[in-house]
Amino acid sequence: MSEDSKPKTLPNDSVDLDVARANLAKMGKKRLWQSLEELSDTKLYRNFLENEFPANGNKDSEGINRRDVLKLMAASTALAGLSACTKLPQEKIVPYVRPPEEVVPGVPMFYATSIAEPGGAVGLLVESHMGRPTKIEGNPDHPGSLGATDAKHQASILNMYDPDRAQAIRFDGQLSSWAEFVAAMGNVRGRFTGNGAGMRILTTTVTSPTLGAQLKSVLAQFPGAKWHQYEPCGNNSARVGAKLAFGRPVSAVYHLDQADVVVSLDADFLLGGPGHVRYTREFAERRSLPKGPSSNLNRLYVVESMATSTGAMSDHRLPMRSSDIEAFTRQLAAAVGVSAGAGSEAGVKVPADWLKAVAEDLMAHRGSSLVIAGENQPPAVHAIAHAINAALGNVGKTVVYTESIEAEPVDQIESLKDLVNDLNAGKVDFLLILGGNPVYDAPADLDFLNALLKARLRAYSGLYFNETSEWCHWEVPATHFLESWSDTRAHDGTAGVVQPLIAPLYDSHADHEIVAILGGQPGVSSHDLVRNYWQSQRTEKGKAFDDFWEITLYQGYVAGSAFAPVMVTVQSDFLKQAPAAAGGAGALEVVFRPDPTIGDGLYNNNAWLQELPKPVTRIAWDNAAYVSPNTAQKLGLKSEDYVELDLNGRRVSAPVYVTFGHADDSVTVHFGYGRLRTGSVGAGTGFNAYLLRTSAAPNFASGLQITKTGKNYELACVQHQTTIDFEGHPAENESVAAVEERQLVQIATLDEFRKDPTFAKKPETTENRELSLYPNFKNDGYAWAMSIDLNRCVGCNACVIACQAENNIAVVGKDQTIRGRIMHWIRIDTYFRGDLENPEAYFEPLPCMQCENAPCEYVCPVGATTHSPEGLNDMTYNRCVGTRYCSNNCPWKVRRFNFYLYSDYSTKSLYGVRNPDVTVRSRGVMEKCTYCVQRIQEAKIRATREDRTVRDGEIVTACQQVCPANAIVFGNINDPDSRVSKRKAQERDYILLADLNTRPRTSYLARVRNPNPAIRA
Amino acid sequence: MDGPDPILGPGQTLSSVTEKISSIVLGRGNTTPGWIFGAFISFCLLMLLNTVITLLAIKGVGIWGINIPVAWGFAITNFVWWIGIGHAGTLISAFLLLLHQKWRTSINRFAEAMTIFAVMCAGMFPLLHMGRPWLFYYLMPYPNPMWLWPQFRSPLVWDVFAVSTYFTVSLLFWFVGLIPDLATLRDRATGKIKKIIYGIFSMGWRGSATHWARYEFASILLAGLATPLVVSVHTVVSFDFTIAIVPGWHSTIFPPYFVAGAIYSGFAMVLTLAIPLRKYYHLQNMVTDRHIDIMAKVMLATGIIVAYSYVMEMFMAFYSANPFERAQFVERMTGQYAVVFWTLITFNLVIPQLLWWQKVRRHQMTVFLISLIVNIGMWLERFVIIVVSLHHEYEPSKWYMFFPTRWDWATFAGTIGMFFLLFYLFIRFLPMISIVEMRTLVHETSETGSHAGLYPVPPEA
Repeated sequence: MSEDSKPKTLPNDSVDLDVARANLAKMGKKRLWQSLEELSDTKLYRNFLENEFPANGNKDSEGINRRDVLKLMAASTALAGLSACTKLPQEKIVPYVRPPEEVVPGVPMFYATSIAEPGGAVGLLVESHMGRPTKIEGNPDHPGSLGATDAKHQASILNMYDPDRAQAIRFDGQLSSWAEFVAAMGNVRGRFTGNGAGMRILTTTVTSPTLGAQLKSVLAQFPGAKWHQYEPCGNNSARVGAKLAFGRPVSAVYHLDQADVVVSLDADFLLGGPGHVRYTREFAERRSLPKGPSSNLNRLYVVESMATSTGAMSDHRLPMRSSDIEAFTRQLAAAVGVSAGAGSEAGVKVPADWLKAVAEDLMAHRGSSLVIAGENQPPAVHAIAHAINAALGNVGKTVVYTESIEAEPVDQIESLKDLVNDLNAGKVDFLLILGGNPVYDAPADLDFLNALLKARLRAYSGLYFNETSEWCHWEVPATHFLESWSDTRAHDGTAGVVQPLIAPLYDSHADHEIVAILGGQPGVSSHDLVRNYWQSQRTEKGKAFDDFWEITLYQGYVAGSAFAPVMVTVQSDFLKQAPAAAGGAGALEVVFRPDPTIGDGLYNNNAWLQELPKPVTRIAWDNAAYVSPNTAQKLGLKSEDYVELDLNGRRVSAPVYVTFGHADDSVTVHFGYGRLRTGSVGAGTGFNAYLLRTSAAPNFASGLQITKTGKNYELACVQHQTTIDFEGHPAENESVAAVEERQLVQIATLDEFRKDPTFAKKPETTENRELSLYPNFKNDGYAWAMSIDLNRCVGCNACVIACQAENNIAVVGKDQTIRGRIMHWIRIDTYFRGDLENPEAYFEPLPCMQCENAPCEYVCPVGATTHSPEGLNDMTYNRCVGTRYCSNNCPWKVRRFNFYLYSDYSTKSLYGVRNPDVTVRSRGVMEKCTYCVQRIQEAKIRATREDRTVRDGEIVTACQQVCPANAIVFGNINDPDSRVSKRKAQERDYILLADLNTRPRTSYLARVRNPNPAIRA
Repeated sequence: MDGPDPILGPGQTLSSVTEKISSIVLGRGNTTPGWIFGAFISFCLLMLLNTVITLLAIKGVGIWGINIPVAWGFAITNFVWWIGIGHAGTLISAFLLLLHQKWRTSINRFAEAMTIFAVMCAGMFPLLHMGRPWLFYYLMPYPNPMWLWPQFRSPLVWDVFAVSTYFTVSLLFWFVGLIPDLATLRDRATGKIKKIIYGIFSMGWRGSATHWARYEFASILLAGLATPLVVSVHTVVSFDFTIAIVPGWHSTIFPPYFVAGAIYSGFAMVLTLAIPLRKYYHLQNMVTDRHIDIMAKVMLATGIIVAYSYVMEMFMAFYSANPFERAQFVERMTGQYAVVFWTLITFNLVIPQLLWWQKVRRHQMTVFLISLIVNIGMWLERFVIIVVSLHHEYEPSKWYMFFPTRWDWATFAGTIGMFFLLFYLFIRFLPMISIVEMRTLVHETSETGSHAGLYPVPPEA
């Protein structure tokens, strides 16, 4: 680490004392500063900062790598923790004399809870080993989950064990205590008695009924106080759009299972947004062809700027600049008979047959069609979409409206603006910030930091100490949702409880407790607050309430608490308003989106999500400025060029990545990266796209300038490292051809499928392949196998993280990812078909094929990988010497090798997250998908004990369990009635690389598209 | 057989041969600055190898550029290359002995030494490339209470047997051949320590008729044992690839192709060593131009077999209509490693064609350069077979490049250092040309009367 030897101080001659004084005066007294250099803001200091926090992450080529640094940093954090925090409770601990009845060592228990999201909570069942939560599953009965979760939910457990979490209460950077904080808040309360003017509370979107009631009670006690909400990537457009359309901020709940024709306007509704886990299930069910060739498919049209998972699932996709989509929506509205303003056609090119065909398709499916506007579109588009749905008679069928699930739905950008104005006007004496990170993610034009510093007392509570907490006097660690009591609402209003799986690991406290102090209830636990709230809401009293409460905790949600649909009518006056001026043709637009893996930045320090390759682009560990091949060619850019993005004087440097299917003259950037104060995992990753975002243009903006810096920035792209060389030979084109030739993804249209239902089967698979020198092995017991339906898979990556959590899969870091050593046992291969401008994209989840004639087995010199009688291709880690021959001989390359000691043996807090049923692999051994053999064994043991055979569906692999689309089915193919046997009996069933005759147990159901014949003939 | 040139320079007598060869070992002042310089460089490289091995033990094989899909990189390339180099020594010492090729006499000793050192270098790689090398004994059939055996269907287990057999037989053969010469050195040595050490290793050789008879018998026997190994070892090594189903590996042509390639590179290495050696130690009378000429011819012949194999391999890829195989060869020729492939074709196929001309074969510097080029070409051939095949297999989603790291190069350079250091020590402490066999040759050629001025002298030992 040559960096270490660099002097960390700066030459004195660069300091201008006058400038320093002036800056100091500007900042006010409360701001903490570190050095004269900082104050005088010299160029040298900026250079120094850049060197300290290089945009390009640490990538020492060999030897000492990023991981070592991470380890050192984790260790130093742990040491800092030792000296700093976590006072051990002065309580006696007595070991079990008589162990509690329900706790059996080695047998996990499951508790129902839920994870709050701005768009609606998802119910969870959390696996706990001896009081230690290890794995998150979906709650099958919860309407927001249906048993599935997404990748973020899976990974959220890692946040709890993150050694970089906020751990101790601090005041002015010094250690403090909860008692002191309570006392300080008591003082605040005392100071504001009566009116409360000058008290401000800033939260993220509050969907917890209890917290909402608490906050409202505080406001009632202090009429002059104000509560603001800001969520950088919440549902503001939808909320404001609904208000625009209906006069009140109702929520739209979709019923995709009822929709035959779906039009998405820049909406990635399968991967994010309210109810996306449930919507994925509903959508996938309509793609599943249950009756083979005689079944019907829904049809999905997607208009979007950057290719997303939803776009990849579409039957017709139209790449279009985000700023043009409003004009498109108005044209569509006009085409289906909703008059929606005029004068928007200019400059927006929509293929005429496209618009006509979509409109006709929609009108042919009145009552069974659906138009969904994306969060990235302005409120007007949402309002028009509501109007179209109303005109098509979809309301009450494919979409219903309910009251908002938020405690207090407000226009959050206005709310934050309001706060900033008050701060700048010096009206704020005390600001309490609960969660979020506005210094990092507030619109850049608001200059939130400078406004914040004008509040006289500032308190922050959050899971991590971050850019915002750094400028607050009080920093209070918040509890993780697995550590605290709370309640939530799902996207349809169903109330859920959050119950703790473990006592807080650190000196952290729930938002409820903090608000309770201000509300005059100091010391009341969050459990009591939540329970009391529900007691006040229910008619049951006494014993009846206890029963209700117990059942609710058991179920994880309050049965029957979904909101009833409300009747709303579209107020059509907004349609007459002129559309927002779209950027002129040719002007480069920039589109802002939350990152598909780490979201708005909350998961920035989550190693699982950081290393998760993003859907379609397959990039891990970074964000990028995504452009289309045409735009890249026009601007002379290629992937991994490091460029400066300049939006009206706001600048940020970013690497370029050329991605297929992106709209031309448009650049997409993702939020969540470029954090200045985060943990060791997130440090140095990506760039901060919030620096370009303004409150006037929170979703996209026109007028972007791109300047090349001449530098290069390496991106960790796990599929095709090669950049596209337009002059020469585009490597990706070759792979397009190769996929066709290799028939890895079998594709047909619905018509083709009906004509030839077995199109996916290659002749090799139907021939007699039994000829062999060795007699075939027959096992009459179980024969485990898997079927993956490519028509259902939406490429959401949840299975990848679920597998990682279940199987203790190590994270390798960006450098090792670039070197091709990522460890995921299941990967989502992404293939493209068609032109570069708008190719069809296909996802193919690839776990181990568990071949019957496994090529990996016979080449292992020590017999470390062998076949089980049940057809599993087992790995014996103890026996493996690491020749890697098995990997070379695996045609699918599903085996993963521990080139270094990837498993973190040193960070103690990470021990907790490990699944005790799965070996933590050491260096030098091969590993791969086991079909979750630990779950198979567990079920077999249980069955043996109960003297029966394993029932179909009793064993659920981690990837299967998490899959929102039900794309994966696992079971026993010796049982002809099992679900997997039935799936494999479908006409679409095929295996990969059949002519190698390895006879994989994992097979696929071919993809069937349902294109509209009216488009593109 | 007898060409225009003799295989022994004029004026060689029994005593002059003995004197010439043994003085290199025993003479004073033979630790020349040149020797010290070369040995020092080699020693430094060996220390580099030590560093790499230490780092490998501490951190793991991740220090190399290997990844998934290219899980074998330089280590296996080097392994195959070094094993191949060894083959010429065995071919010369055993195969040609059985065929009574007299010209082998003056080169067989150092060629054999080269074999042993090359196999030592090669043998390290299968160990070093393992993820957990301290468990290497899992590959050997040793008795254990778990009744766990190696997995005998794996070519890597066959490798263990093939390479260890090869090393054992080569070492024995080399040592048996050395015994009379060690006795000569013992007798001629002046220092006490030298006398003792050479005495121990000459194993009581007194030159009696029984000794000679047993010596001859053992030599023929070991030659008989070693000869099949010339063919078998590289055949087994080629099985590492042919047994696998990787496109570009799974091919029946590999065993003969690998053997020819091995002899090709082996002879190239012998030439690389012989040409400077004979010049530096003034051995032109013993390793004559004729030797160089013959070896160049062998190189040309095996080079043509190798060329034929390349062509057949490519033809079969197209003729088989196997899309994966075809894609593999198109990738080799036009893909991201195309430069490596075409360099290999130039080095192995095109440039050695110069050896058709006798003028070229007689020009020492040119032959030396061609031998170096063939050595590099053969290394590239293994690189292409291993790395290029792996990086472009069945699943396009897992097409991934391999980039060697500095530690890849350091490992390779380290084994070269080890090889040359051993060779430097060998030429300094052991007779690099067999004294006994040279004397026999002097004797035999004198009987045919082709050497005037030769007078009979009884053997000294």
